[in-house]
Amino acid sequence: MIRVVLPGHLRTLARAEAEVTLEVAGEVTQRTVLDALEARYPMLAGAIRDHVSKQRRPFLRFFACGQDLSHELPDAPLPDAVITGAEPFFVIGAIAGG
Amino acid sequence: MSRVRVLVGTRKGAFLLTSDAKREKWEVSGPHFGGWEIYHVKGSPVNPDRIYASQSSGWFGQLIQRSDDGGRSWEPVGNKFTYDGVPGTHQWYDGTPHPWEFKRVWHLEPSLTDAETVYAGVEDAALFRSADGGQNWEELSGLRGHGSGARWQPGAGGMGLHTILLDPVNARRMYIAISAAGAFRTDDGGVTWTAINQGLRSQYIPDPTAEVGHCVHRIAMHPSRPEVLFMQKHWDVMRSDNAGDLWREVSGNLPTDFGFVIDVHAHEPETIYVVPIKSDGEHYPPDGKLRVYRSRTGGNEWEALENGLPSSDCYVNVLRDAMAVDSLDPCGVYFGTTGGQVYASSNAGDRWAPIVRDLPAVLSVEVQTLA
Repeated sequence: MIRVVLPGHLRTLARAEAEVTLEVAGEVTQRTVLDALEARYPMLAGAIRDHVSKQRRPFLRFFACGQDLSHELPDAPLPDAVITGAEPFFVIGAIAGG
Repeated sequence: MSRVRVLVGTRKGAFLLTSDAKREKWEVSGPHFGGWEIYHVKGSPVNPDRIYASQSSGWFGQLIQRSDDGGRSWEPVGNKFTYDGVPGTHQWYDGTPHPWEFKRVWHLEPSLTDAETVYAGVEDAALFRSADGGQNWEELSGLRGHGSGARWQPGAGGMGLHTILLDPVNARRMYIAISAAGAFRTDDGGVTWTAINQGLRSQYIPDPTAEVGHCVHRIAMHPSRPEVLFMQKHWDVMRSDNAGDLWREVSGNLPTDFGFVIDVHAHEPETIYVVPIKSDGEHYPPDGKLRVYRSRTGGNEWEALENGLPSSDCYVNVLRDAMAVDSLDPCGVYFGTTGGQVYASSNAGDRWAPIVRDLPAVLSVEVQTLA
């Protein structure tokens, strides 16, 4: 099971707990994790990445295992600790705006 | 007994204010969607329990929320606003071509005849329609396909399509307005559009009488006379008696003809309201006095309405979608400020009182008159 931690506004939108767990078929990448997340919570489609281009929204970041994975390729495998469920995959809202 | 429900969109959530027909005591519900910008909330005239809200955030983008129980509960519906075909370019602030990019929904206009149909005016300017209660959105791309689209340019607040007026008599006709392109009309249900800016004069553009490029802030109509339109432009209050084919200025004795809102009395088609704002550089009322101005002659002759409004040290703004009227008798008039106040008058503007004082900055105000 893949663990995903959502920022507060997206938890409210999805009516989900802070951390959700997902089954991800095949290789575990940013793309497959987010595909699974949006399949479970369709209201999150467009809120994390663009509907069409699938690019990450500019004020969001993806962290895991103490690393900023935001600029990794979407199809790059996530760290083993995320794949095994030892560590969560964080969707982080930028601290910005004053 | 009739009731009134005021739908308020703010910088940090939506609020629903309800009262009986006396409009003296108000219940406040909210914030709904706390922390999110709510550009607009509007109910269906066919089914008043059906309410749509435009919810957006710089972090998480655009959502559309829908309520089917008068705002007690909400469900997110479709938020995929994709321009039809190759979007092309419009002018950027420096005059260079800039790709069309969806940013947010400024205005939602439910159909007058079908509760499942709703229109959305978006930034960068385009008009979308949903025929399934907001689940799926399709662009009416004939508007952007108007030959002038490449010359449209954003105003300081962005290139938003902020006004959608549906003709209650002719279902094929609607009007829209864009900052800073101007006003447009369709007579074939949105397939083709005509720029209706003749008579507008904007000193701040290279050709003050150009076909497009005018910063229209708001247009209003009375449903009994849909060919008569009233416009608050960046500067100038305007009127057209022929469906926008020609405009004439009716600013008359206003202390300043800059402003954002304009609306029409529910039962008197020649009675209109504006809130004069000192200038485009200052964006607050003249002399620190918040005053609504009313014309009972369709413009030119205006009277200040100040009973109950701040008479000094008031430096709020009233944004373009933040005024509405109810259909009770006497007509109720409502407006919201960037200071978080929502003012109401239950006697057509003669006397005002705040319903609420300390909301986040108000972006929009709509009113439902409920049986």
